[in-house]
Amino acid sequence: MKKNLLLPSEKGTVVPKKMKIIDYWKSVRLPILAFLAALLAGAVLIVLTDLKFYALFKKTFSQISTTQVIIAITSIALIALSVWLGVSKWVKNLLEKKGVTKRLSVSLRVFTPIIGFIISIFLLRLSGFSDIIDAALNITYISYHSLLEGSLGNIVDIMAAFHSGNIQQITESLNPISESLVAAAPYIFGGLSVAVALRCGIFNIGTEGQIFMGALASVIVGYSIKGLPPLIHIPLAMLAGALAGAFWAFIPAILKTKFGSNEVINTIMLNYIAFSLVDFLLTGPIRRPDQSIPFSPYIEISAELPRLLPYPSRFHIGFLIAVGIAILIYWFLFRTPAGLEIRLVGQNPNASRYAGINIKNKYLLAFLISGAMGGLAGANEVLGVSHYLSGTISPGYGFDSISLAILGNNHPIGVIFTALLFGILRNGSTHMQNIARVPVEIITVVQSLVIVFIAAPTIIQTLFRLKGKGKSEQLIVTRGWGK
Amino acid sequence: MIKNNNNKHTPQELILIAERSRFRRIGIIIILIGICTALLFAFGTDRNQKSTFVLNSPESFSTKIADLVVPSLYVILAISFINILLGTYQLTKGFGRNTNKILGLAIFLFVFSLLVWATKDKSLNLTGMLRLSVVQAIPLIFGALSGIMSERSGVVNIAIEGLMLIAAMVSVIVSSATQNIHLGLLAALLASGLIALVHAILTIRFKVDQIISGMAINIFATGITSYVGIKFLIAFPEFNQTALYPNIAVPALSSLPVIGPIFFNQNMFFYLAILLLVVIQVALFYTPWGLRTRMVGEHPRAADTLGINVYKKRYVSVVLSGLLAGLGGAYLTLGAVGRFNRLMTAGRGFIGLAAMIFGNWNPFGALGASLIFGFSSSLESKLSILQVPIPSQILAMAPYIATIVILVGVIGKVTAPAADGQPYEGQD
Repeated sequence: MKKNLLLPSEKGTVVPKKMKIIDYWKSVRLPILAFLAALLAGAVLIVLTDLKFYALFKKTFSQISTTQVIIAITSIALIALSVWLGVSKWVKNLLEKKGVTKRLSVSLRVFTPIIGFIISIFLLRLSGFSDIIDAALNITYISYHSLLEGSLGNIVDIMAAFHSGNIQQITESLNPISESLVAAAPYIFGGLSVAVALRCGIFNIGTEGQIFMGALASVIVGYSIKGLPPLIHIPLAMLAGALAGAFWAFIPAILKTKFGSNEVINTIMLNYIAFSLVDFLLTGPIRRPDQSIPFSPYIEISAELPRLLPYPSRFHIGFLIAVGIAILIYWFLFRTPAGLEIRLVGQNPNASRYAGINIKNKYLLAFLISGAMGGLAGANEVLGVSHYLSGTISPGYGFDSISLAILGNNHPIGVIFTALLFGILRNGSTHMQNIARVPVEIITVVQSLVIVFIAAPTIIQTLFRLKGKGKSEQLIVTRGWGK
Repeated sequence: MIKNNNNKHTPQELILIAERSRFRRIGIIIILIGICTALLFAFGTDRNQKSTFVLNSPESFSTKIADLVVPSLYVILAISFINILLGTYQLTKGFGRNTNKILGLAIFLFVFSLLVWATKDKSLNLTGMLRLSVVQAIPLIFGALSGIMSERSGVVNIAIEGLMLIAAMVSVIVSSATQNIHLGLLAALLASGLIALVHAILTIRFKVDQIISGMAINIFATGITSYVGIKFLIAFPEFNQTALYPNIAVPALSSLPVIGPIFFNQNMFFYLAILLLVVIQVALFYTPWGLRTRMVGEHPRAADTLGINVYKKRYVSVVLSGLLAGLGGAYLTLGAVGRFNRLMTAGRGFIGLAAMIFGNWNPFGALGASLIFGFSSSLESKLSILQVPIPSQILAMAPYIATIVILVGVIGKVTAPAADGQPYEGQD
């Protein structure tokens, strides 16, 4: 009886307003703008840490004239002033008092910083700083271009390959894209892991540990059971990974529901325990016999996820499984009563309790699903890509997943897209490191900024003058430590 | 939530019942520890084997004393017997308020028997090991103090790890570039203070969830330090070598046997940590400033009503917390290693946080917890030297498991500040 409060009754169902294109844009504009802002900040970092740029900077400033100094200072002041004019409340109030229409006021305040910026760049260029500006733009272009080239392929090569019609050549030219998809698969699982938990108001920082446990279980099933047909062996190994991940999430879940201890600190601790455990097993019990490096044995061929494209490509079925599961999770969260209850608990645990939801069960369920997703991410890596377990099975997929899930608004479909984005970033960054000498870690910095911009939407809203909050909801996960 | 079937008991009785079952559980745990001691260590130990503990520190000039030599088997059996006795007493009569101390004693005896077992027919420098524990505890003390400072004012700070990492890198770069370690320390404090200010602005002004903000800072710190490390420190190794703060021997006290080398011949950072510990303890619990800070962490609305500026208090606390974390980070490079390695904090910030919880948000409790965690990590390295068949990774898990256990509340209950983690909305 109590549960009926939550379900829309047959007669009184309110027909939701049909989504227009503008509504879709409103719900995704914040993540997109946040991501762009983070990329911009990343570009600033890349330029500022570039040695050639630094040398040029030094050279220009060693032969600088007084007028140039004055112009430089003026233009910087101009930028600051125009930004202040655009952002400050004082100007807004002043314009309103003067009876300026709202539309004009907004556009004035939007265009002031842009105009200020253009004028000062123009001034700087004229006064002999053009070398520096060109160098900065050039560095940014080279870095991000090589990032895209490494993750999406070179368009000239692809065209040439299609013209020649040689299958081998085509696959080779498309290999960067396939590698991006390979990198996106664990991100989808990891993102789902964080997203499902966050939807229930749980912050699962333990995804990284769950990935390791999942990889461990599926590698053990993968190499120790012999003589099974792939149709049984692959699902078995995947299931083992999912179960191990779920088990690793079950520990903080039961501690949270039974004893009320906070999951954040517990999952952090369990991460370290998982690393130590895997390290221990790799140096002892499951170490490959013939080698000195701590690797596990290779899994049986029957447990390997089948690859779908010819040789150089490593694109395997894991990506499709991940997308399928994401859609399944979407259906579960948004189309089933249990999913609705999970989201309600996440929104307001107290109200859900009064509505008769057993919130402990929901925490448990969300945690188990979350852990299973983490485990699947690990299983996917082991069964699809490396085929053995090593200590570096995950280059931080679990931690990246946090920013990924938040960027995707904790929505399974959003997670698919952000996972593709992160796959592109992760895969292209290696190429960027080789070509532009920009370390891979730049994407970690960008990710952290993405979190900040999403979690503090005010920053982006002020910068880009967005009205209202769009469809994103404020994330609240901190609900005390010990109790 | 009070369960319906317990309605016939008053709340006081309920607490008593819970206490009693907790005491019983602990009694069983102590007996199990005693039995484990006998089962694990007594078998395979010969009657004539002896364990030698060297008590003179090789690097110090303290007065020399004789080595401690004990017969392995008898000590192990005696410890096992004592523990079983303690557990039985706890089950039948109970130690009452001293229960946790007795549990601590039981665990201590267990660890001692482990050492006796590990050193049979060998020798172990006990003083050196304890000294190493204190050394390992220093960054944890700073981390825990940082957590206490921030959380007592109601702001959860899980960014300690990231703050330490950034401070470690900045200190090493500045100190090698300027050839002045004091400047390096100062720069580290500045950097970590600034990043802590960002955390404060995000959580207090923008009301970002405190854990998400903390995690963002951790990820940022991981990224930026690795970025700079790969981009510059590999290409210019001259920016990655710094002088160290020397060890300072306290006159007279440092020549005491055993205690001298452990506590009175340490790095400047150790004395600083102890000093700050006392200062923070006094400031938090015996001054109006501390009372107000704690009030902001317990009940910000009440504090606001009394005219305390909640936001300002929290800003100050978080920045102070950042400075403390910065000291911990600077210790790693300027006090211990002398260079920056990628991800060199290796979870020490989180263990510091665990020490804070373990110590029940009290500076002295956190000191004890830090020393315990430090001991477990020095045990890890010493046992691998003694070639004990216990994998070092299992011991490496110990602090994390201990934290989880303490959070569960089987052994004791910890209470966080009531408003910990909740952003404060002003009334105006």
